[in-house]
Amino acid sequence: MCFQLVGGRLLAPYFGSSVYVWGSIITVFMLALSVGYLSGGRLSLYRPSLRKYGFIYITAAITIIPTILYSEAIMDWVFGLVEDPRYGSLLASTILFFIPTLIMGMIAPYSVRILTESKISSGHTAGFLYFVSTLGSAIGTIMTSFYFVLWFEIDQIFWLTFSIMFTAGLTALTVSFFLPKTNIDE
Amino acid sequence: MKKLFIFTCLCVSFSSFLAAEIIHKERSAYRNVVITEKNNTRCMSFESRKKAVSNQACINLKNKDKLVFEYTRSILVGLAYNPKPKRILIIGLGGGSLPKAFSELLPDTEVVSVEIDSAVAKLARKYFDYSESDKIKTSVMDGRVYVKRALRKQQYFDWIILDAFNGDYIPEHLLTIEFLTEVKKLLKPNGILSANTFNGSNLFDYESVTYQKVFKELRILKSPSKGNRIIFACNCDKIDQELQWDSQLADRLAPYGTDLEMLVSRLSDEVNWDTSVQPLTDQFSPANLLNQ
Repeated sequence: MCFQLVGGRLLAPYFGSSVYVWGSIITVFMLALSVGYLSGGRLSLYRPSLRKYGFIYITAAITIIPTILYSEAIMDWVFGLVEDPRYGSLLASTILFFIPTLIMGMIAPYSVRILTESKISSGHTAGFLYFVSTLGSAIGTIMTSFYFVLWFEIDQIFWLTFSIMFTAGLTALTVSFFLPKTNIDE
Repeated sequence: MKKLFIFTCLCVSFSSFLAAEIIHKERSAYRNVVITEKNNTRCMSFESRKKAVSNQACINLKNKDKLVFEYTRSILVGLAYNPKPKRILIIGLGGGSLPKAFSELLPDTEVVSVEIDSAVAKLARKYFDYSESDKIKTSVMDGRVYVKRALRKQQYFDWIILDAFNGDYIPEHLLTIEFLTEVKKLLKPNGILSANTFNGSNLFDYESVTYQKVFKELRILKSPSKGNRIIFACNCDKIDQELQWDSQLADRLAPYGTDLEMLVSRLSDEVNWDTSVQPLTDQFSPANLLNQ
């Protein structure tokens, strides 16, 4: 949500803040998340491990970097290419946000697989994960729209998202290093 | 029962006397736009839950030339800097009272109005006598997008009027150093900028610093009664050297309610804001949060 809100601000200088700009962003995020959920679930079938889980986080973090560094050049190019700001903003948000959001979407189903201990408790685990991720979205939304935009620059908020994802990934990797492998692979 | 009936009648007639009559309501992609009429004044306002709705545009039905709003009359002071602009850009159409005035005052001038909300443009045509021609044009799009496109097409303007800041929500991307720099680039040499902006609230310092950063010299016309002010600036070295009005121009503006001599004398160069605050940029533009 934090990523999405700041994404809207990123597009405004080139595509304005018309309703369809927000429409484009939300569409791209939802599409990316849906594909992410599907592929995250698929990936969890093949020898799931905490190590791979950590790699998803790190990949998501790394794919944010081009968005931060080249957003202006990308939007400039799209602006020249597409006259209609509806399709311009749709194309720009696809290029800028689709990949990182897709990978972030993979985290949720993969988490379910890693945390589930038995069939009986799977509903409980999924419920808990929905709780955590939706609560996280709520906190991300309120913090970004109420405070972050007042405290930081847009790029700094992007870097903050990057650091959180990257640290989470590193933590998962470190833990997996100390944990006996059989724990999850079983 | 009879008493109650009389009481109700009294209430109804009293409230219709106080409140403006709603003559039309239009749904748009952004909000409901309402047209009201009261005492021969027809107004366009954005519907909100608050009782005190701010009118976006008004027209005096008895004297359609006369500009109802003080700030619109003040914007005409821009003509004192350049009495014969060839091309004018207005960002924020409202009821179209400015382009209408220009079509009469400057029949050879091309006036482009940019409006984000197509419903507003439609109602301006229907209820506010706004009509387009080969000189008077409307473009329904975001102001920033228009400015960026016009820059690419190298369509420069002699006078740019920013009037997109009178709603409840401030378009933050129209209040940054980057946007104002684009606007300055879109001005011809010695071109003039007039911006209808805020007065009061925390935003005041930030907004002033942002304009100052881009245009260096500002001349400000503060509204004596309302919370807004007009900022004048130019794509030139010394803005005061651009002042070139005469009594003939003042006479031409009088029917619109603009007292040019009085307004020019009130133009202020006073820097009465905190210059130490951070200017607003595309990276940092919490204008709505600052406007609390």
